[in-house]
Amino acid sequence: MAADASKTRSLAETPLAPLHERLGAKMVPFAGYSMPVQYPDGVLKEHQHTRAAAGLFDVSHMGQAFLIAEDGSDPAALLEELVPAELQALEAGRQRYTQFTNERGGILDDLMVTRPLADLGRERLYLVVNAACKDADFAHLEARLAGRARVERLEDRALIAVQGPEAAAAVAAVFDDQALLARPFMSQTLARFDGAVCWLSRSGYTGEDGYEISCPADGAEALSEALLARQTVKPIGLGARDSLRLEAGLCLYGHDIDETTTPVEAGLAWSIGKRRRAEGGFPGAETVQRQLAEGPARKRVGIRPDGRAPAREGVEIQSESGERLGEVTSGGFGPTVGGPVAMGYVPSAFAAPGTRVGLSVRGKALPAEVRRLPFTPANFYRG
Amino acid sequence: MSQIYFSEDHEWIEVEGDVGVVGITNYAQEQLGDVVFVETPEVGAALDQGDEAGVVESVKAASEIYSPVSGEVSDVNEELADNPGLVNEEPEDGAWFFKIKLSDPGELDDLMDAAAYKKFCKDQD
Repeated sequence: MAADASKTRSLAETPLAPLHERLGAKMVPFAGYSMPVQYPDGVLKEHQHTRAAAGLFDVSHMGQAFLIAEDGSDPAALLEELVPAELQALEAGRQRYTQFTNERGGILDDLMVTRPLADLGRERLYLVVNAACKDADFAHLEARLAGRARVERLEDRALIAVQGPEAAAAVAAVFDDQALLARPFMSQTLARFDGAVCWLSRSGYTGEDGYEISCPADGAEALSEALLARQTVKPIGLGARDSLRLEAGLCLYGHDIDETTTPVEAGLAWSIGKRRRAEGGFPGAETVQRQLAEGPARKRVGIRPDGRAPAREGVEIQSESGERLGEVTSGGFGPTVGGPVAMGYVPSAFAAPGTRVGLSVRGKALPAEVRRLPFTPANFYRG
Repeated sequence: MSQIYFSEDHEWIEVEGDVGVVGITNYAQEQLGDVVFVETPEVGAALDQGDEAGVVESVKAASEIYSPVSGEVSDVNEELADNPGLVNEEPEDGAWFFKIKLSDPGELDDLMDAAAYKKFCKDQD
């Protein structure tokens, strides 16, 4: 149990760094940033508070950008060359989840694409990508769309997620806009805080209802403090963010999805547009179309160990006869489930819920069962 | 009169006669965070000093527990299987892991007393 005294110098900081310090956060290096892994309440209580009330997450390390066509037209068809989502039909103020794919159909990163409301300019798309991938993603866009579209990085904006059953009420109160209570899942709303225009998306990464708020960096601290002043809202670190998204069955890039996994294998086929399935036209389309038609050889599944011992990333998944099936890609303790939960890839013949498997933990095959994802029911606002 | 010793791996051992009670320290549980799983050794297991004697898992990570002395495991705390959070609540009291019959009490000289351990933890931070 060596104490980990990580040096956090030379890491980038988000605009909320002073707030994290005042709140007593434990900071860790993550994707080149110094980020709060937990606050004094600890991971377990933070997780439970988010499911019961609302949590505030600093996700300013993520990459925000506009994609703008050089000729001033709609860049949706250009972005469709790199992702399998239907974007041309995306309406203003609506958002989609998709993935950058490679020539083998593997995933370079996953991202959110919003066609902004008219006030932000219709002929552009607003992208939010993973922190660890952002430089590579934007370089990929600029290389593949060179001369046709450009990336305008939004370095001067922070990103704050408010998640949980009380999140929308807290956001509506702070922005003094009750209409925010009734905005649909995956929609964008513009609202002012302290005079500055914020972009609010009804989306998140916890399986709960809530908003992700892009705001000017210099206003992020005041906005966060206004949200935290609500009795229902507490600050939540990366530790609980991970256990919340794991219970919600959501993929973490670099773990559950990467360049070797396709959207079909990962159970993300729902994010592939109907027209795109037929037409293709994105990197690796033949592989993805073949897997859609014939079924993938392996699938990402939920796994619930019978006992209390967590099975973490890298643990071998075995058949009951001890044959190697695959590996756990994310695993840990699910506070809401009240026991260990995991995800991993298994051959499709072993992917049916209820299939008995073993998990090789410290030399022992712990009994476990394939489960349907998510482990905790999604609590998104559907109107 | 019992006496408490501490290891550099953040275990404590309270020794009375030739039997020691072993657990992890308050400093260790603070570093681990919320404990969600504990695996204790088997009664009757023969352990050498420094042998792996169990596992404690928190929401963050798994850590091995090492035996601070050599001997035979004479009892384990069954309560920790159902209530691993006790390690956070009573690390140096109710949440003991196992009892061990010391085969070489001279090994206690390798361990620290409370004052030396306090300084050791301070140097770790």
